[in-house]
Amino acid sequence: MTAFSRAAAKVVRHAARFGIASALPALALLFVVSISHPAAAMNIQKVKSPGGIEAWLVEEHSVPLLSLRYAFDGGNSQDPPGKEGLANFITAMMDEGAGDIKSEDYQQRMENIAMRMSYDDSKDSLYGSFETLTKNRDKAVELLKLSVQKPRFDTDAVERIKQQLLANLAYADKDPDKVAMREWYAQAFPNHPYGRSANGTQETVAKITRDDLVDFHKRNFARDNLKVVAVGDITAAELGKILDDVFGGLPAKADLIPVAKTSPVDGGSQKIVEMGVPQSVAVFGLGAMPRKDPDFMTAFVVNHILGGGGFSAKLMEEVREKRGLAYSVYTYLQPYQHATILVGSVATKNASMAESLSIIRGEMKKMAQNGPTADDLQAAKDYLTGSYALRFDTNSKIASQLLGLMQEGFGPDYVENRNKMIEAVTLEDAKRVAARLLKPENLVVTVVGKPTGMNAAATPPVLQPAVAVPGRG
Amino acid sequence: MRLATCSRISLLTLLATLMLAVNPQAHASESATRASEFKLSNGMDVVVIPDHRSPVVTHMVWYKVGAADEVLGKSGIAHFLEHLMFKSTDKIPVGEFSKIVNRLGGQDNAFTGNDATAYFQRVAKDRLGKMMEMEADRMVNLRLDEKEVLTERDVILEERRSRIDNNPSALLDEQMNAALYLNHPYHKPVIGWYREMAQLSRQDALDFYKHYYAPNNAILVVSGDVTDDEVRKLAEATYGKIPANPDVPSVRHRPGEPPARVARRLVLKDPRAGNYLMQRYYQAPSYVTAKPGEAEALDLLMKIAGSGSTSRIYKKLVVEQKLASSAGGDYSGYGLDGGTISLYGISADGVPLEKVEASIDAVMADIVKNGVTEQELARAKNSYLADYIYDSDNQATLARRYGWNLAVGRTVAEVEAWPTNISKVTTDDVKNAAAKYLDIKDSVTGYLVPDQSGVAQVDDLPPPSSSGVLR
Repeated sequence: MTAFSRAAAKVVRHAARFGIASALPALALLFVVSISHPAAAMNIQKVKSPGGIEAWLVEEHSVPLLSLRYAFDGGNSQDPPGKEGLANFITAMMDEGAGDIKSEDYQQRMENIAMRMSYDDSKDSLYGSFETLTKNRDKAVELLKLSVQKPRFDTDAVERIKQQLLANLAYADKDPDKVAMREWYAQAFPNHPYGRSANGTQETVAKITRDDLVDFHKRNFARDNLKVVAVGDITAAELGKILDDVFGGLPAKADLIPVAKTSPVDGGSQKIVEMGVPQSVAVFGLGAMPRKDPDFMTAFVVNHILGGGGFSAKLMEEVREKRGLAYSVYTYLQPYQHATILVGSVATKNASMAESLSIIRGEMKKMAQNGPTADDLQAAKDYLTGSYALRFDTNSKIASQLLGLMQEGFGPDYVENRNKMIEAVTLEDAKRVAARLLKPENLVVTVVGKPTGMNAAATPPVLQPAVAVPGRG
Repeated sequence: MRLATCSRISLLTLLATLMLAVNPQAHASESATRASEFKLSNGMDVVVIPDHRSPVVTHMVWYKVGAADEVLGKSGIAHFLEHLMFKSTDKIPVGEFSKIVNRLGGQDNAFTGNDATAYFQRVAKDRLGKMMEMEADRMVNLRLDEKEVLTERDVILEERRSRIDNNPSALLDEQMNAALYLNHPYHKPVIGWYREMAQLSRQDALDFYKHYYAPNNAILVVSGDVTDDEVRKLAEATYGKIPANPDVPSVRHRPGEPPARVARRLVLKDPRAGNYLMQRYYQAPSYVTAKPGEAEALDLLMKIAGSGSTSRIYKKLVVEQKLASSAGGDYSGYGLDGGTISLYGISADGVPLEKVEASIDAVMADIVKNGVTEQELARAKNSYLADYIYDSDNQATLARRYGWNLAVGRTVAEVEAWPTNISKVTTDDVKNAAAKYLDIKDSVTGYLVPDQSGVAQVDDLPPPSSSGVLR
């Protein structure tokens, strides 16, 4: 890895769950969307602590580890206007001292017992991740408790982390992938928290103070917006005690700013952000049906066929395999709490961006008009059902998967039923939902680079693929 | 070298896990043996790492060949071949390899480094036999169509743009490696130089393939819900049927380095740089080339000096002096022919890079002079041993650790002796390693400077048609 990515690691680490995921091509993203589960016999227990805090638990005593994953609803949508980047800021402050223990001492203690703790933010949640060896569990839980309930936010630590975040922003401002994603959200969600820069700007982060962090913590870290999953070497009774210890002292109710339901702007738009790079990066996307819509699972399968399925996907086939236009092209379905999107990305040399986007539009249109073939559908089902178990082969992956389900309001039985839901998708469903979902005329497109032959204002016509598709059936 | 691996599809998750593989020695065991090994009659090594918690397996084949084995003028061919391995065989139609794996509920990918190339699938355990059948098939039956090759060449050029040319810090890294190694092929980027990549041909790929891809130059690693016996049976029925190729070089011999006479320095000015960055690379030994205990001492040295916010460099430059917004260092000891020590700092607002560099040098000079404390050493050891236990949660991580080590000629026993060897390191060992290997003559220092008047330094031209070297 380059030294620079090491430099950014502190904050990137916090962004891992959703931030980085949004830059990931298809296969990895399926995990993030967290829509699924394995046939493996995995016993998910619902635990309620003596103090009334609920959690899901999977006991796994063969490795002396405990993984906790937890989430507080809210996320960076809760950043006050003008203080964008506050949620991200707090994720970088959670190991900077708590209770009577100052930053350096706190981190030293974490290291002494090899405790792992990190946070990251998404549009709708703050995520916490905690891991400890069984032998150090009591000490680690004590440190975690202090951090959750009494983070210090000392001004010297606040200033130091602020400089780091500003440096990261300066880097991100020149990174075409990051700029493209940020600008896409701004273009798709004007006048909504989802359209604001999740990590803020130089200007907004510079203005964030200790008081802002204290206030954000008070409003967002509570018991009624908390979800917890534990996986590992622990019993239900032991977990119950830990839940009360760590979270019991939080306020009963969070004080969240209401966020309106929304969807990306319709009608199609295209924006070019000029940057002197040899390869342009495009992000493209449109609105999709909500997670609880009866068509969501079908949309998930359709997306897999179009752009979510790695080398099995149409976009990869047409853009990369047939024409060599890009190394990476993908789409994914992202259900947020207040909107759902189908979004994708492609990176190609400046001279090929117009052609690549035309092909992508053409493939979307074709899928909308004809739907997938029976063979495409079967291949997608085979992969999606067969690979479900791969999401559950480590403690930490199990914990992340289950937390996602919990947040989406599903029960543990989802894991058993999920493959049946995939199997139940019919070709007729897929055709109907493809037509409902894929409307290239609504695509919001953001390009960063120096693409040739593209007009920022106009929506280009859909070109049919230049090469016939052999053996498509 | 740093993370100079390139994979067929850009999964950041893969990169993250590779970082673990990059420092595989940093994760070995407390004491228990966890892997078993055997050899097939054709010379193929096999390692099995059982983990029965979930009914899935990770299947990997590692070839003992990488970018540092390429002939002059053909940079990038190892990685290009890795992409082309997904094209077709007599049994697999063009582009179907990954689709077949997907249809079986599996995920697949591959990656190339300087010293090794690896292919892998993650799949339900009852599909393991089919994976082995397909992987064994393409070990010797690859078919390449001219047009497919040219299209894929465009893909690797796009990959280069994504990874390197669009990113000034990656360009700086590339320039620093080129300067760090005067003669050894580690000075080339794994993905290749643009002008040479643009000339790679079908024949180049096939020549490389036939020269290096054979069971006696490969290692099979299977981790997950399997037993030795199951793997042995399946491996004998698939890989075991392929005859050894006696022409595969049994000794990996690359040009060595002459003694360095002078430190190298370079400055990359790029309008696309967001921060002022300073970094330093030193040539150092690797676990393969070091005297016993030295690589372990270097791992501990750099953990104490440069890893995370409790490190000496971070505490001095970021917390106390406020010269840098972040700073640290690392040791990479996994190379066949050597490793590297690296240091870096990103200037705090307006601080000249020279000051950042001088302060990092002072931190390291203090260690050279006064060593590290017993307490620091104990903490660093403790942290590595804990990493080992954390890693045992992930079968794919374990497969990469063993695979990488065996690919550079180490043994399962050496991998598993690592925790014991780490615990033997003394504060004197750390001090001596610092004194011996932080030699400025063996280093390159690079600055990345945001400069609006600079021109983005990108080479995406084909070579001049008169270029004789490549014909």
